[in-house]
Amino acid sequence: MFKTKRFWVSNFGFRASNLQGFKIMGLWYSVSAILLLTFLVVIGIEGMGLVSFFTIFIPYAALFLFVVGFLYRVLKWATSPVPFHIPTVSGQQRSLSWIKADNIDSPYTTGGVVKRLALDILLFRPLLKNEKVEMQAPQRLLFKPSVLLWFGAMAFHWSFLVILLRHLRFFLEPVPSTIVILQRVDSIFQGLIPVIYITDIIILVALGYLFVRRIIYPQVRYISLSSDYFVLLLILGIVLSGVLMRLIYKVDLVQVKEWAMAMLRLRPVAPKEVNLLFYIHLFFISLLVAYFPLSKLMHMPGIFLSPTRNLTNTSRNQRHINPWDYPVKTHTYEEYEEEFRDSMKEVGLPIEKG
Amino acid sequence: MADEPSKEKSLEIDYTIPKKSWMEPSTEFRKGTYCYPAASRHEKYLELPHPREWQPTDEDWKLPEDWREVILRGMEDRLNRYRSYRLFLDICVRCGACADKCHFFIGSGDPKNMPVLRAELLRSIYRKYFTLSGKVFGKLAGARELTEEVVKEWFSYFYQCTECRRCSVFCPYGIDTCEITMMARELLNLVGLNINWILEPAANCYRTGNHLGIPPHAFKSTVDFAVDELQEITGVKVEVPINRKGAEILFISPSADYFASPHWYTFLGYLLLFHEIGLDYTWSTYASEGGNFGLFHSAELAKRLNAKIYSEAKRLGVKWILGGECGHMWRVIHQYMDTFNGPADFLEEPVSPITGTRFDHARSTKMVHICEFTADLMMNNKLRLDPSRNRKWKVTYHDSCNTARGMGLFEEPRYILRNVCQEFYEMPENTIKEKTFCCGSGSGLGADENMETRLRGGFPRANAVRYVHEKFGVNLLTCICAIDRATLPPLLEYWVPGVEVAGVHELVGNALVLRGEKERTTNLRGEPLDSTISPSPSSGERAG
Amino acid sequence: MALYDGKKIIPGLIIFLGLVSYPIWHNTVSGKTSYVPKLEIPKDKKECIEPKAYIRVNHKELLEDWRFSVVRSGVRTYQASNQKRYTMSLNRTCMECHRDRTKFCDQCHNYMGVTNKCWDCHLYPKEMEKGAK
Repeated sequence: MFKTKRFWVSNFGFRASNLQGFKIMGLWYSVSAILLLTFLVVIGIEGMGLVSFFTIFIPYAALFLFVVGFLYRVLKWATSPVPFHIPTVSGQQRSLSWIKADNIDSPYTTGGVVKRLALDILLFRPLLKNEKVEMQAPQRLLFKPSVLLWFGAMAFHWSFLVILLRHLRFFLEPVPSTIVILQRVDSIFQGLIPVIYITDIIILVALGYLFVRRIIYPQVRYISLSSDYFVLLLILGIVLSGVLMRLIYKVDLVQVKEWAMAMLRLRPVAPKEVNLLFYIHLFFISLLVAYFPLSKLMHMPGIFLSPTRNLTNTSRNQRHINPWDYPVKTHTYEEYEEEFRDSMKEVGLPIEKG
Repeated sequence: MADEPSKEKSLEIDYTIPKKSWMEPSTEFRKGTYCYPAASRHEKYLELPHPREWQPTDEDWKLPEDWREVILRGMEDRLNRYRSYRLFLDICVRCGACADKCHFFIGSGDPKNMPVLRAELLRSIYRKYFTLSGKVFGKLAGARELTEEVVKEWFSYFYQCTECRRCSVFCPYGIDTCEITMMARELLNLVGLNINWILEPAANCYRTGNHLGIPPHAFKSTVDFAVDELQEITGVKVEVPINRKGAEILFISPSADYFASPHWYTFLGYLLLFHEIGLDYTWSTYASEGGNFGLFHSAELAKRLNAKIYSEAKRLGVKWILGGECGHMWRVIHQYMDTFNGPADFLEEPVSPITGTRFDHARSTKMVHICEFTADLMMNNKLRLDPSRNRKWKVTYHDSCNTARGMGLFEEPRYILRNVCQEFYEMPENTIKEKTFCCGSGSGLGADENMETRLRGGFPRANAVRYVHEKFGVNLLTCICAIDRATLPPLLEYWVPGVEVAGVHELVGNALVLRGEKERTTNLRGEPLDSTISPSPSSGERAG
Repeated sequence: MALYDGKKIIPGLIIFLGLVSYPIWHNTVSGKTSYVPKLEIPKDKKECIEPKAYIRVNHKELLEDWRFSVVRSGVRTYQASNQKRYTMSLNRTCMECHRDRTKFCDQCHNYMGVTNKCWDCHLYPKEMEKGAK
């Protein structure tokens, strides 16, 4: 009674045939854009000598757009109210005293909400719940835990954060010991020179995974936009230029820090004796930062405001106010009785009039 | 209907991705997959915009002249009124975690039924007209023009979403496609695109107090009929007060409970329970509907229909309200009613008159779920129960989307079931509680003409039922949702013959030992307590 | 336009601004916004063993090569790019000129938050003098 034309081999099953004849136009646009942008820096620096433009004007402009854009987008969200109390409840409600309520997945205190948000934000818990559905013939659905995406997302975001923190040594004087310790931990168990940071490797693998899954899983490929590939490639460009500077084409870091410190005290001086990779690295970071408020990257502040996650499940206990509530036309009891009075009387139902 | 799926002509599920980009609108309306548009008389009765007669299969949908402006203005208005809309349109990263969480995607393979893509249908228009990146980068940033084709596509896919919120559980940001679908349906409503299976019940409810359009005298006679039936089965004559002023409690259930099958037996269960504990309560003919099909249309219509509950409670002078077994009714009551039509300061904080338990969690709304109420009775040993009267049933429990993800009512019904039946088996944990699968017919999609879509949407739920049916011999699916009770029987008949559907309080009614009752030889369905033959497939016909 | 939940969102945004501008506050508090490392250059020597630009970037690899060469191969002489020969020794070659590590090595290392293992084994000249007495 049931058959499928093609079975689902894992939820977004990979089959070589999936790659044939499929247009991934979005991907090619993004690759072209990244190549074009790289070309732009090379021409700008090598051909036209626009060092100050790329190391002073662009980073300042990018940072400005980032901060202003970020604030604008969040405030824009804040101007829309949350008219209804709509948490996505995922645990036992608090009702009868002898039934154990789940204060995290069905939070009934602010502390519960904080815990729920913290787990979602820091540990990506919804992705940890992920399961893939597998179709087996005939008419069998199998549910299998599927934590690869969770793993990739955790690896990417956390290593990104560590790398960001490590870079604080370019902006802070004196360098806090926590940053120094972080660097040491990140390079533990090795006597390599130059040091290879663990997070650099992790983020490359994670980015590779996040990128490849957009291409090989047909469903994910189908939903992916140019901008999805673009952000991944941009970050990949940043990481690769950074890793290359660390391992092969070295840059005088003291010069870089002197540039960064000068930028911070608003007396900018272009860096001296750095190689092209640094300009690419910096330009890509500037692009990422400027693009951030325009893009889906706003999921970072957005998750804090998500009304399905940041509300308590106490809507019968405490009244939620809708600020734009307005009176609506209803069908009153009087109108109702007016229409049905006779028949109500006939069967002996109590009535108000007559 | 020649195209209706049958055992001879099987449904195929094809997960192959189409060659053309999703940004090209799909506007195919194949018989069996879409709901009929609302008859204009219902739209007129409810005073909704642009009533007219049209068909999705028509080339010309007779959209109003300024339809584009109307939709865009409607969108802007809602972006400013709902943070959820703006936020959910902004922050999706298209990770795809939601894709295979949707019962319609699992059952149809159509990629536009992936929650992420369903939302993109709306998001792409938002980007084009309301975001800088969409205006600048256009298609590259996933923006597209609002055309008539897009509107047709919306009508197709936003009436293939049951607002069940399962995707929201798995989304890393809690993006709730229900919110997206609600917005899209409101926009469609602005240009007069509605479906009849939503607006006819809504118009009925507005006029007669209930979805089925039952006038007060018919309500009375249906109650009289129930009283007779119960006397036959139990030998006890129960009192059923209607529109009685001064009662302590107003009881409101979905109207299907007293008119459809197998809901009817749940209704009998309520009546027996209230009689046995001597509850001082009343039914209302004016507020004779707990459900709210307005919710599937617009927040405004939901509020208009919901207003009756508090206004009737006030008129009758009751202390608090008790609510029956219904899914989306409880979404409205738990998450919307107090905001819509509160504060209910003329009512008192609910206290069980039998056990003295104070229902603190309903302190503001003043409405208690019957499963909370009954579980409390059982915990306090106020009921004499004989679970052996349900011995023919091997029971499983289906969490309704709304009481699960809209409320968190997990343990109360399970506690009741363990007390009233002898064999209870859970379906696989991936398909219950917050991960429960929709019946595939919720949010106003339980029509007959879209049976193929319903069968596909119901497949994941049915599959889990089939698992316990084969493994443990489960022959009864219990639930606390009137739409489930109406729509699951035909779905189960197709996917898992041999499993019937019942409300939880039907089993309570069977097990409840009444004072002065005669020895029961049949259950509330009038069937012998023991079954040697497997139960016949129930008829879904009365459920409509 | 009115802000909703401003009591939570505004503090959140202030925290965001605080984090973004943290380096400015950090450096202002420490009073080192204009700090640059001050290296004491030996007055009697004119050149390092390799060009300054090369040394600034690659001294670590150079020392690592020396260590490898001395310990593993027993080769102790380094021929610089300008053909001059030097003994491969941190203490006897590098520290001969840059006697006080705090005024030379540590300046940049601290500035960049770099930790190195040189002094886990090597005593640096000032300590050697002390030890001799």
